[in-house]
Order: sequence, then structure tokens, then C-alpha cells
Amino acid sequence: MAGIVYLREPVDERLTRARIAAASVCDPEVPVLTIEDLGVLRDVRLAGEAVEVVITPTYSGCPAMDMISLQVDLALEKAGFAARKVTLSLSPAWTTDWMTEAGKEKLRAYGIAPPVGRAKGRGALFGVDEIPCPHCGSAETERVSEFGSTACKALWRCRACREPFDYFKCI
Amino acid sequence: MQTPLLTYTLRLADNALVLGHRLSEWCGHGPMLEEDLALANMALDCIGQARNFYTYAGEIEGKGRSEDDLAYLRDCDAFRNILLVERPRGDFAFTILRQFLYAAFMHPYFERLSASKDERLAAIAAKTVKEMAYHLRHSAEWVIRLGDGTEESAARLQEALADLWPFTGEMFEVDETERALIEAGVAFDPAGIRPLWLDTVDRVFADALISRPGDGWMQTGGRRGEHSEHLGHLLADLQFMQRAYPGSTW
Repeated sequence: MAGIVYLREPVDERLTRARIAAASVCDPEVPVLTIEDLGVLRDVRLAGEAVEVVITPTYSGCPAMDMISLQVDLALEKAGFAARKVTLSLSPAWTTDWMTEAGKEKLRAYGIAPPVGRAKGRGALFGVDEIPCPHCGSAETERVSEFGSTACKALWRCRACREPFDYFKCI
Repeated sequence: MQTPLLTYTLRLADNALVLGHRLSEWCGHGPMLEEDLALANMALDCIGQARNFYTYAGEIEGKGRSEDDLAYLRDCDAFRNILLVERPRGDFAFTILRQFLYAAFMHPYFERLSASKDERLAAIAAKTVKEMAYHLRHSAEWVIRLGDGTEESAARLQEALADLWPFTGEMFEVDETERALIEAGVAFDPAGIRPLWLDTVDRVFADALISRPGDGWMQTGGRRGEHSEHLGHLLADLQFMQRAYPGSTW
């Protein structure tokens, strides 16, 4: 009986399984990144009988949050968790500093320039002038617009290879 | 009778929603594709901020009203936004200048509010301040470009400034409701950031080659629920679906 097996499962193994399930969910707008790569997945914990997954939005108006909540819920259900809860947390506010190094590399390979510098640095406040092109690596790039295809990205273009590209803004 | 915290939270929410709606009116009408995207992105930020504040307002009130109930099912006189944000969107110079005047105020305001003793307001403010930094930078760049641009762009910007300036005073108003919250460390006194706001405005205007009007009589009333006719038209648009088909979802 599957139910009995789950009841006997040690707490830490149960948590690990829940974490793996939640961490497998990808961002619907940047599908090469998992929510763990992005730093959107904040916590996986047990809340009584239920597994609770805490996520945080990248931007206040991020339209992907409902989708991510739904996908986390589905992933947990698929992993056999009957009682589950997805909680949205605003504090501490998400920062690109939480993006994993692996995540940044995946972004670059996908054609999106990863955030440059630290969110608290001068660059985040005054803007940065040098974003390496994710296609050819050239530093000869220029900003086309502060706002791109999603709230988290700006639009840039490379003067060397002439390709336009998205830059994941540092906030 | 609303508690001061509820009124204050609704003011923050209503400012964000109404300005977000005005920005969203540009969707598909921007002067160029990049700017169309930028205006829609800023609208999305504002509406996201409004959702956070409305959700909290509903919880403070404790009557089970959701963010949607507060946005879609209140009439004009229940709205507490400043008059600046409900002005019709005007031309591009008007929209950009309003965004600049607002963001130059809201960026430092939310920065300070993120130290509020009310944890929830502090959390929403900390989230919001990052977005306002972008709005400020983007709109300031455009103010300079328009002011130092062609004869027509400069004239339109100067005209927008004459229209908008009398609406900036309301950002710095403090009433009894807010005074109590400021003393309790929950709200923040906007008077403290006026020098900073003026400094930002003056620096950008100097680059834009335009000059700021003197402070004359300032418009007031929105924060008490006394609005211009424009809010009614805006709400008619915003609330139509929920009024015509109550409870509809999609």
C-alpha cells in the first residue's frame, strides 16, 4: 500500500523528494532555467501533514507566478504528495544575486546575457555600459531599450556580430 | 470607518492601479515598438504593486474582500489616489513627464518605507523600490531627450510641465490619518524627501533645458476621495466587465 509506505518515510527523505520535485519546475518564460536556478524557489518545508513550497516573484507584476505556482503544485502531486501548499513570499525581495552560477551559464548558452555585477553595486543604480554579447562574446554592445520582452529583461544589440539580444537585468 | 492603516494602504494601492491603467492605455499605441514595450512593462510593474497592496488592504479590513473586489467594485469616491495619476494620458511627453515626476518621488519614498515597522508594507516597498529605479531612469532619459530634442518635442514637454506641476503638491500632503502612522513608524513623512525630489527634478530639467515653474496653488483632494471627472471614465473602462458580468472569470 503506497499510503503506508509514505507514512513511514523518514522526514528528511520526504523533504528531499519534495525539494527535488519543486526544483525541477522551469520558468515558463525562460524555460532553460529552473526556479531554483533563478532563486525564485525560497524554501521547501513541512507544514503539519502538508509539504509547503515558498516561492518569491522576480517583479511585483510578474505574470509567470500563477503558472509557476500551478506547476509546483502539479510536480508535488506527481511526486505523490497529497497535502501540499504553495506560498508566495515577498520578503526578502528577490535579487539577481540569488541566481546560481549554473543558471547564469545556462542563460548565456540560451542567448540571454546574464546579469552583470551585484544588485547593490553601482551598476544596478546607474546602469552598466558593458554587457558582453551572449552570441559572440564581444564587449561592443549597446542598449536599445531599458525594457524588453519581459519585465526582467532589457533589449541590447551587439555592434560586432549585429545580433540583438536580451539582457537579464541586475536588480 | 476605515482604520488609518487601511486608508494608507489603499492610497498606495490606488496610486499604483490608476497609474498602471493610464500606462496600459499606451499598449499598441507607443511611438515605437521599444517604447510600446517599455510602457507596457511599467504598467505591469504598477499593477503588480497594486495587487500586493490591495491584497494586504483586504486582509487589514477583514471583511473577505479580495484584491479584485477592491479594484473592480469600488466607486470613484472610495478611491484614494492622488489626482496626478488620474490625469488623461495626453501625448507621449505628458505620459513620460508624469512618470518621471512620480518615480522621482516614489523611488526614495519606497526606499524609506522599506524600513516601516509594518513588516508587510516594508516587504512590498522593498520589492517596489527596485522597479521604481528603472522607471525613474527610463523616464528621466526621455525627459532629457524630448527637452533637448526638436522644437516640437521641447514645446510639448514644456506644455506638459505647465499642466502637471500643480498636481505635484499632493504627493507631499500629510493629513491626520497619516500623521498617526508616521509617528508610529509605520508610514514615512514625505516632507523629508522633498529636497531630494527637487534636486532630481532640477538636475534632469537642467539637462533637458527646461525650467521648473514656481510653486503656486496646488491641486488637492484625491487622497480624500474628491476626484476629477477623469477617474470616472477610467473606472468605467477598468471595471466594465465586473460590473456588467459580476463574478466573471477567464
